[in-house]
Amino acid sequence: MSFFAMHFNYIVVVILLMAGLFLVFSSGNLIKRMIGLAMFQSSAALFFISLGKVSGGTAAIAVAPGSTEARALASQLDPAYVAQVGVEGVVYSNPLPHALILTAIVVGVATLAVGLAIAVRIREAFGSVEAKDIDVLSRVEATQPGPQA
Amino acid sequence: MIALDALHAAPPVLTLHAPVLLVAAPLIAACAAALAPSGRIGWMISVTGSVFAAWMALALVGETARHGLVTYTFGGFAPPLGIGFHIDGFSAMMALLISCAGVIASIYSGHALTTEVRAEKHTLVQAGFMLCQTGLLGLVSTGDAFNAFVFLEVSSIGTYALVAIGESRDRRALPAAFNYLIMGTIGATFYLVGLGFLYAATGTLNMVDMAARLATLSDSTVVQAGFAFVVVGLGIKAAMFPLHGWLPGAYAYAPSLVSIFLAATATKASLYLMARFVFDVFPDGAAFGQGFIHWVLAPLAATAAIVCSIQAVFEREVRRILAFSSVAQVGFILLGLSVGAAAGFSGAMLYLLAHALLKMTLFMAIGGLALSLRFRTLDDIAGIARDAPWSATAFAIGAAGLAGAPLTIGFLAKWRLIEDALHAGQIWIVVVLAVASLLTLLYVGRMVEAVFFRAAPAGAQRAKEAPVGVLAPLFVIAGLCIWFGIDASLPEQLANSASRALMGAL
Repeated sequence: MSFFAMHFNYIVVVILLMAGLFLVFSSGNLIKRMIGLAMFQSSAALFFISLGKVSGGTAAIAVAPGSTEARALASQLDPAYVAQVGVEGVVYSNPLPHALILTAIVVGVATLAVGLAIAVRIREAFGSVEAKDIDVLSRVEATQPGPQA
Repeated sequence: MIALDALHAAPPVLTLHAPVLLVAAPLIAACAAALAPSGRIGWMISVTGSVFAAWMALALVGETARHGLVTYTFGGFAPPLGIGFHIDGFSAMMALLISCAGVIASIYSGHALTTEVRAEKHTLVQAGFMLCQTGLLGLVSTGDAFNAFVFLEVSSIGTYALVAIGESRDRRALPAAFNYLIMGTIGATFYLVGLGFLYAATGTLNMVDMAARLATLSDSTVVQAGFAFVVVGLGIKAAMFPLHGWLPGAYAYAPSLVSIFLAATATKASLYLMARFVFDVFPDGAAFGQGFIHWVLAPLAATAAIVCSIQAVFEREVRRILAFSSVAQVGFILLGLSVGAAAGFSGAMLYLLAHALLKMTLFMAIGGLALSLRFRTLDDIAGIARDAPWSATAFAIGAAGLAGAPLTIGFLAKWRLIEDALHAGQIWIVVVLAVASLLTLLYVGRMVEAVFFRAAPAGAQRAKEAPVGVLAPLFVIAGLCIWFGIDASLPEQLANSASRALMGAL
């Protein structure tokens, strides 16, 4: 297998990560920046999921040895591989990274919600979600001589 | 002053469960405060939660002084399989700092919130504040690297909302909070990606276990990539120069309750985690770790100490001066850490404690003045010492400490830092510290000159002295700044045990 095919997941992760970061820093629109941030976080999620995947592995829920389900799962595996691992022909993916990233996704959703809520308040206070306009309005405020009433 | 190892702060049954109660108390208080019927009750809940957490932190300080290490496992699964809290001298010092800052800030918030935030938001502000405290306390207690990420984000999400609440005083709080959210999330995600690399290389997330397995893996590029991601991610959170862009806005426009608490704790908790990774988890003496400390950490910290002090000198807005000064002071602490492997970390630890106390004093005094007077620049508070002599006095104590005047903890901490640098043979760090201290004297001098020696502008609004509810916690902290400057045995014991914890293996 070529390098490209073997590392396909990771290449996607890197592209998503870069694209997300680029969007966050290049865009002046607050909503677009949140979209970039979400992409960036998704790349981390994909990265963890790829880490935990064992090729041919199934979800880490114990399958009774000898059951029809176990046989069906074993039939999908490379026979040489089954002989090597020898666990009743069933291979499980590593559940830990998946459980971790579930938590991280929840954290990400919460951050996204807070970010969008702040964007809504910015729209109400400044009348715009463009960083350029907000900067101009903020600078006006900073140069006002007296304290703001 | 009593010795820490003779400190039995809580009855045995509470001490046994102190690690979890430390984090659970503010978490429960956060839920209760969110449901409280009025701001007053929310405030009481918040004070109770903070005081209880501080009590538990005190108990843990005694325990770690006696046993060196306190571990607490959850659900009967022993680490490294299960998640455990892992509290040594460094964690205990940070927990005490965070919870005491929480107590002071929450007592202070009783008065301060009423003028800064609309009444119907008070319970939610208290809830967010307690969540932030929960996250920071959990971050310094946990022994699991992923758990630390979750706690980091719990505290950060609370903080974003709290900074944004500052909009009722200054609408620039909103873009500042948004910026902080973007940078903070990028930092946390970098940390997460770094953890992915480390997990791929070691197959564990427990810090002790990870350290043991990394000892033989320091040549692996996967580990080095993980190191880079973790350090950059935490560097953003800790406002390490040049990743500090979010900090001045977030500190300057947040309600004063929040800027007080953040200035004392938030960047320092991230510094804690970074120090944990750089000095404990990653193998000592690995070429990439040493290279990072000598060629990245120390030069950037030196740049921060000088450049951000200069920015503070030329800044007009009072809170932004203090915020830039915070970035510069993070540079001081990092410089102390960078010589730590050779000379011990007690100088850096003492400086961390000192800066937390002094910056709290300054932000509280400024917050107290802001209760009766809306101001922004130094010109707006010219001559304010005549109207509010007590607040101005506390401000002067904090300012003197920051400049390193003798008889304050600031002097002692700077002295220790310079001693450590000399001990490590790093003369250039001594020079940087001296130059940065002179610059500190400049911007501190500008502030004190404006407050005390300049005449108030004609026709200016008169300020009123802050109420007792604000002055009392303010003078407790200002008093500590002076007391510790004269008898520093308590902070020194804390700093030494933290330093020992960081020097030794996990």
